[in-house]
Amino acid sequence: MFLGIDYATLWFLVFGAVISGYAILDGFDLGAGALHLFLKKEESRRIALNAIGPIWDGNEVWLVIGGGALFAGFPVAYAAIFSAFYVPFMIFIIGLIYRAVAIEFRSKEPGKIWRASWDFIYFFACTIVTLSLGLMLGNVALGMPLDENHEFAGNWLDFFNPFSILVAVTTLALFMMHGAIFLTMKTENRLFVKLTILAKNFTIFFVLAFTLTTLYTLLYIPHLSDRIRSNPAFFLLPVMLVLAVANIPRQLNKGAWRWAFASSSITIATLLLMVAVEVFPYLVYSPINPQNSITITNAASSPKTMGLLLRIALIGTPLVGIYTAFVFWTFKGKVKLDEMSY
Amino acid sequence: MNTEVLARIQFAFTVSFHYIYPPLSIGLGLVLVVMEGMYLRTRKKIYEDMTRFWIKIFALIFGIGVATGIVMEFEFGTNWATYSKYVGDIFGSALAAEGIFAFALESGFLGVLLFGWRRVSPPVHFFSTVMVWLGSMFSAVWIVVANSWQQTPAGYHIVGEGLHARAEITDFWAMVFNPSSVDRLLHVWVGAFLAGAFLVLSVNAWYILKKRHLEIALPSFKIALTIAAFASITQLFLGHRSATGVAQNQPAKLAALEGHYDSLEVADLYLLGWVDQNKRTTSGLKIPGGLTFMVHQDFKTPIPGLNSFPRNDQPKQINAIFQFYHIMISIGMALIFLSWLAMWLWWRGKLFEQRWLMQIFVWAVALPQIANQTGWFSAEMGRQPWVVYGLLRTSEAFSRTVTANQVLFSLILFTIVYLVLLILFLYLLTKKIHHGPELHTEESAAEIQSKRQLPRL
Repeated sequence: MFLGIDYATLWFLVFGAVISGYAILDGFDLGAGALHLFLKKEESRRIALNAIGPIWDGNEVWLVIGGGALFAGFPVAYAAIFSAFYVPFMIFIIGLIYRAVAIEFRSKEPGKIWRASWDFIYFFACTIVTLSLGLMLGNVALGMPLDENHEFAGNWLDFFNPFSILVAVTTLALFMMHGAIFLTMKTENRLFVKLTILAKNFTIFFVLAFTLTTLYTLLYIPHLSDRIRSNPAFFLLPVMLVLAVANIPRQLNKGAWRWAFASSSITIATLLLMVAVEVFPYLVYSPINPQNSITITNAASSPKTMGLLLRIALIGTPLVGIYTAFVFWTFKGKVKLDEMSY
Repeated sequence: MNTEVLARIQFAFTVSFHYIYPPLSIGLGLVLVVMEGMYLRTRKKIYEDMTRFWIKIFALIFGIGVATGIVMEFEFGTNWATYSKYVGDIFGSALAAEGIFAFALESGFLGVLLFGWRRVSPPVHFFSTVMVWLGSMFSAVWIVVANSWQQTPAGYHIVGEGLHARAEITDFWAMVFNPSSVDRLLHVWVGAFLAGAFLVLSVNAWYILKKRHLEIALPSFKIALTIAAFASITQLFLGHRSATGVAQNQPAKLAALEGHYDSLEVADLYLLGWVDQNKRTTSGLKIPGGLTFMVHQDFKTPIPGLNSFPRNDQPKQINAIFQFYHIMISIGMALIFLSWLAMWLWWRGKLFEQRWLMQIFVWAVALPQIANQTGWFSAEMGRQPWVVYGLLRTSEAFSRTVTANQVLFSLILFTIVYLVLLILFLYLLTKKIHHGPELHTEESAAEIQSKRQLPRL
């Protein structure tokens, strides 16, 4: 127990915070990659790459921390989720590899074909990574069949169900919107104007995809909104979401791109919070035989490890915050290409 | 092939490929800290130029290291689900600590290291370089601690039975400082210094042979040679410490490393040899009683041989373990000889005239890499049939819900992806080396000149 909350719940919150951090930070990197081909000129593409160049690697750290947090805090869930998602996860990982490699290699040769190929690989890798991330999130929200050892007992082809595909597309739209907004902070002149328009278009794309997903959920999987329905206080979450999304075009029109970025970050966090509210206390729900479900209690590490992890997080998080802030501050402002740039 | 064998092949393949890069980052990180430190002290342009040249190569290496490292973190869950549940309490904490204390430090400051030359002052840039290097060193700490716990478990107790059994931490510091972690960590660090130093030596030896960038190549060579010389001799002692640790903690592994079967006899130390696994004998060039002497400092005490362990508690590929281990040791000795020969010639003032020696240094870049790989092969194969020594068998540890076809699919995918990566890496590395360091010395001299010519107000 810590502050009157048990360790498992606390670690669930920490894990959720890390995943939100990852989605917000790497979300704009991936989104910028997914919209890469919308930028036509060589200079625009270079500026977009250099906008995320110094920070994407630090952002990806949040995924590593999230993986470690799940492994250490909820080993049963870590084992079940990643062995179940074997195929989509391998595709996700290979996408991440190619994203990293494309950023690094593109600038190393001046040839047109070389650069066009890496541009395509970069766009494709970021899109695939985002889609598979969304697909896995959708399936975690939906639940999957588990056996009595809390191991996956289904067919991986079932992961491609309509709900999860809708979530995947919504995630893509969300990250593209987020990425475009991030790039408006980093660009000037004509590229800036172009990205502002793209950001608005992706906002519309996101609103459409999200509305469809919500409709589908309410019509066909109504139990996924049980928790929010059960307590009217939770209605604040969708209210917050709608306000945050509505604020994006408003801030973009005013040219207040930092506030637009803050709004899309809040959108991402609120969406994940809604998922967390719905699934809690389950980490993986087994709809066929609910007694096999993985909960934060039956998946948790020993209390000793939980206590230890919380101490690690308490010491580590401020440190990570300090150097992330230092790096973002060092590279604040519009991108200027120099001889060290990609 | 079944899921277990395929999962083992995939893990071995992905981790070996990954392990080309982190040791280079750690070693090159140290070289960068020294070079940039010299720049900060002397403010000489040559040190700035060499630092900036190696930063570009560091970026390439680091990028692939990160990309292939993320695979490792999740491969425990995808392919070794039972293992993950069993050790999550312990192994997971080490990985989480690695992420938040080491990898975040490393990746955060990497941006400043690569792109911050113009944006921050030289001391702040130097600070970032040191942080990236320390981050890579700390990464090694947590990963080696986690792996050493698999070799010599400590500070835990087992809860539950059968499929629900798992190890839980009872004493965190006993887990971190388990009997083998300190020795193995130091051994890994110094192996990484050697990998980095020999890369720098190789590139600069090539420049010296081609008579290119000499004003930078000669001092860079000397910096890397100094590191290599001290690292190689230190490694001799650290390797010895690791081996005596294995003798105490993992006797079956020691017997496999030396191909020692008969328990009643004094054990020999082989320089070269061949293990006949059917006849269960080993022959070759040896120091009679050498292994006994190494462990007990006498020539009388017998050492438990493989025959004294039940068949199913022995590693299987004894000859491979034996050969890998001996390749590592031979290379270790060769590196000591090579670096101290060069040191002696440097002291005599004749180092850079020896073209043959420079030729050897160009190719010697492969030696620490091979030694690092074969060392890990012998360590991990020697641990078999256990994934956690004495507690959990590898055959019980894999993901039972994943089918052999799925693993085959990902293995083929990784093979293709990593081959492409390796080719691109070597191509770009060669290209950067051919291009060589950018010289800012002349440019800035011209700048100073032009400033002087400005009319005074």
